[in-house]
Amino acid sequence: MEFFVAQILTGLANASSLFLVACGLSLIFGVTRIVNFAHGSLYMLGAYIGYSLMQVLPGGVGFWGSIILAGVAVGIIGVLIEMLVLRPVYRAPELFQLVATFGVILVIQDLTLIIWGPEDLLGPRAPGLRGVFRIMGEPIPKYDIVLLVITPFVALGLWYLITQTRLGVLVRAATQDREMVGALGVNQVWLFTGVFALGSALAGLGGALQLPKGGADLLMDFNILAPVFVVVVIGGMGSLPGAYLAAIIISVLNVFGVTYLPQSTLVLMFIVMIVVLMIRPYGLFGREEVAGEHGQVGEPEDPIKPASSRARLIIALGIAALAFLPLYGSSFSQVLATDVMIFCLFAASLHFLLGLGGLVSFGHAAYYGGGAYVAALLVTHLNSSMEIAFMLAPIGAGLAALAIGWVCLRLTGVYFAMLTLAFAQLLWSLVFQWGDVTGGDDGLVNIWPSDWLNETTVYFYFTMLFAIGGILVLRHIAHSPFGYALRAARDSKRQAETMGIDTHKVQLLAFGFAGLMGGLAGALFVFSKGSVFPNELEIARSFDALIVVFLGGVKTLAGGVVGAGFFKGIEETLTRFEYWRLVMGLLIIGVVILAPNGIVGSLRKFVRRLRGVSEGEGA
Amino acid sequence: MSVVLETKGLTKSFGGLVAVDDVSFQLQKGELLALIGPNGAGKSTCFNMLMGQLPPTAGDVYLMGEQITGLKPRQIWRKGVGRTFQITATYSSMTVVENVQMALLSHHKDIFRYAPRAHKMYHAEAIALLEKVGMAEQAERHCAVLAYGDLKRMELAIALAHDPALLLMDEPTAGMAPKERVALMQLTADIVEDQQVSVLFTEHDMDVVFAHAHRIMVLNRGALIAEGDAGEIRNNPLVQEVYLGGGTLFAEEDTHA
Repeated sequence: MEFFVAQILTGLANASSLFLVACGLSLIFGVTRIVNFAHGSLYMLGAYIGYSLMQVLPGGVGFWGSIILAGVAVGIIGVLIEMLVLRPVYRAPELFQLVATFGVILVIQDLTLIIWGPEDLLGPRAPGLRGVFRIMGEPIPKYDIVLLVITPFVALGLWYLITQTRLGVLVRAATQDREMVGALGVNQVWLFTGVFALGSALAGLGGALQLPKGGADLLMDFNILAPVFVVVVIGGMGSLPGAYLAAIIISVLNVFGVTYLPQSTLVLMFIVMIVVLMIRPYGLFGREEVAGEHGQVGEPEDPIKPASSRARLIIALGIAALAFLPLYGSSFSQVLATDVMIFCLFAASLHFLLGLGGLVSFGHAAYYGGGAYVAALLVTHLNSSMEIAFMLAPIGAGLAALAIGWVCLRLTGVYFAMLTLAFAQLLWSLVFQWGDVTGGDDGLVNIWPSDWLNETTVYFYFTMLFAIGGILVLRHIAHSPFGYALRAARDSKRQAETMGIDTHKVQLLAFGFAGLMGGLAGALFVFSKGSVFPNELEIARSFDALIVVFLGGVKTLAGGVVGAGFFKGIEETLTRFEYWRLVMGLLIIGVVILAPNGIVGSLRKFVRRLRGVSEGEGA
Repeated sequence: MSVVLETKGLTKSFGGLVAVDDVSFQLQKGELLALIGPNGAGKSTCFNMLMGQLPPTAGDVYLMGEQITGLKPRQIWRKGVGRTFQITATYSSMTVVENVQMALLSHHKDIFRYAPRAHKMYHAEAIALLEKVGMAEQAERHCAVLAYGDLKRMELAIALAHDPALLLMDEPTAGMAPKERVALMQLTADIVEDQQVSVLFTEHDMDVVFAHAHRIMVLNRGALIAEGDAGEIRNNPLVQEVYLGGGTLFAEEDTHA
C-alpha cells in the first residue's frame, strides 16, 4: 500500500512538466492548426537556458527565477519562430507548416550543440529541496512533492486564463472557428503570435522545471515528442483538462510500468492511446473535427494527365543516364545512387497514400522498417534464402499495413495521423525491447544478398529494377480506375459513396498497397546494408518521408520522387560536414517559404506563368 | 402507371423531437414530385432517410416494390437511384468529363481495376451525358473553375450516369440566379419527359415548384399536411397558413418568446 501511494505520487510529479509541454502544444494546435513538431525542441531549449541561468543566479530565488526566465526566453524564441518561419506559410496548404517546424527542429539541434556542447548536463538541485519527505515510510524527493503541489495551481491559472479572460475567449473562439473570429475584427496575426508565444513559454517552463530530475541533453527534443503527442491526443486536441488528465494517466502508468513490466514501458503508452482512440475517437475531451480539413486543403489539385511525350523522353534519358552510371561513376556513386533510389521508392509509396488518398500517415516507417525486419528475421531465424526473404518482406509489410489501416481508417484528420504514428511506435518499441528475437538496439546483422547479387554494381541494377519498377507501377495505378477512385474518395467522400464507391475498401487497399511498396523499399535497404537497426522504424524515419513528399509537392504526381531524390542527394552530401543539420534545416525552411506548393508544384506554376496560361485551366 | 418510390409511415425522432412524423407517399413513374415546406419542416431529414444517410426510427422505404430501408447510400445508388446535393459535391481535382466518368466506372464495376487508363474509359458515354445537360463544350475544363450553375448541371449529368429510375434532388436550384434556376428545372423536366425517370425534389423557390412540379407535397413540423397539383396547393388554406403566416409559424415564435 505504502509503495503503491509512493508510486502514484512519483507519477503525479512526473506528469507536471509533461502537462506543461502538452498544454502548449494543444493550445498552438487548437488555434493555429499547426502540428508543431518543434515543440520538443522548445522544451529542450527551456532546459538548457534554465541550466545556464541557474549557473549565474544564486540561491532559491535564482533557481525559481531561472525557471520562469527560461519560460519567458523560450516564449520570445517562439515569437521569433512564428514571425520568421510560420507567418510566411500560413496560406500554404495545411500540414505544410509542420514541414517548416521540422526544419526548425534541425536548426535548434545544431544551435544547441554549438552553444552548449555535446555533453549531457546534470541539472542542479533545487535549493532547500535536496532531501526526501517520508510519506507513509516511503521516501519521496522533496522536489517531487513541490512539483506535485505546483502543477494543479499552474493548471488552474491556465484554466482561468482560457475561460475567464478576454484573451481566453479569443483563443477558444479561434479554436472553434478561425474565420469567424477574423470576421469579427480580431487581429488574427497577433492572436496567432501570442498563442504561439504562450505555448512555447509553457514548453520552456516544462523543460526548465524538470532540470533537477532529468538534466539537459541533446536527445530531449525527440524523446519528449512522442509522449507529448500521446498526451495531447488522448486528452483531446485543444483541451486543457484533457491534457492534464492524460499527462497523469501516462506518467502514473509509466512509473508502474517501470516497476512491474520494465520491458513494456515504451509500448504501454501507445497501447493506451490506441485503446482510448478506439473507444473515443477524438480523445477524452476532444471534439469531432470538421471533416475534410486535412486531405485536400488550399487550392484544388490540377487534373492529372499521363506524361507528355517530352516528359517521357526526359524520364527515359534520366533512367538511361542512371543505367550507365557504373560505366562512368565510382563505386561510391553507385552506393549513393542505390540509397537514393530506395528512398525514392519509400517516399513514392507514402506519396501514393498522402497525395492521391489524402491519408496523412505519420508512421510510414512501420512498413519500410517492417519490410526490412521481416526479411532480416527470416534470414536470421529461419535461415531462409535471400530470394524468399526478399519476396516475403513486402507481403509482410503489406499485410501489416492492411491490419493497421483497418483500425486507423475509423478516424480522420490529425487523429488518423496520430494513430498511424502510434502503431509505428508500437512496432518500434516491440523491436527495440524484444531483444531475444530482434536483437534490440544491436539490430540484426549479416543479412547479405545471395552470391550472385553480392556486388555493388549488380545490386545497383537489382535496386534499379525494383525501385524504378515500383515507382512506375505506383504511377500507373494513379492513372487507373483505382487511382481515380482513391482521389475521388479524397475529394468528396460523400459523392463517392453516393455513386456506389466503397470508399473504405478503396482507402484500405491503398493503405495496404502503400505498405507493400514501403516494405519493398525496406527489403532493398536491408540487403544493401547487410543489417537493420530499430531506427529504421523510428518517428524520424517516418518524418523523413513525410518531409520530402511535402517539399517535393503533395499535389503533383512526381512530387514524392523528386523531393526524395533532391533531399536525399543533398543530405548524403551534407552529412560529411559537422553542422549539416543547421544547413539542412535552413534549406527546408527556405523551400517551404519560397515554394509553398512544393518543388514540382511551384515549378509548374512558374512555367505556367511564363507561358501566360491562367491558373486552373490546366493547359 | 407504376410506383417507383413508396414510403410507409416513415418516422424519425431525435430524442424527444419528432423531425419526420409518419410520412407515407407514392411516387409514380415519370413523375416530377416536389416536397416543400418551411425551414425545419423535416425535408432534409426525410431525404436523408430515403438515401440511406439516416436510419429511420420507424417506417419503411420501397423502391419499385423492394424494401430498401437501412441500406447504405452506395447500395441504394446501385439499385438505380441518383441524387444531387444541396451543396455540390464534386471531385475538385478532376476535369468535368472525369467527374462523370467516375460514375460510369463505378456503374460498370471497374473501380478495382489497376491496369487500364481511366481517362480513356467511357469517355464517349460521359460526353454524351454532358451533351444532355449542355456541358459538352466544357468537358475538358478543370471542374474547380466552373461557375456554380455549370457545376449543378455537371452534377445532374453525374446523377444520370447509371440511367437511374429515380432521381432525388435536394434543393437543386439553391444558390443559383433566378434565370439559371428556371433553366436547370426546365432541363430536369425535359429529361423526365425524355427518359421516363421519376424525380423527387425539395425546393424553396415557389416559382420553380409551381412551374415544373407535376404534384406537390407540403411538409410542416414533420408531417404531410397537403398534397396536390400547383393550383390545389396554392389555394389550400392550411398551406397558406404555413407559408403566409396565417398562424402556426407565428404561434411557434410566440411560444419561444
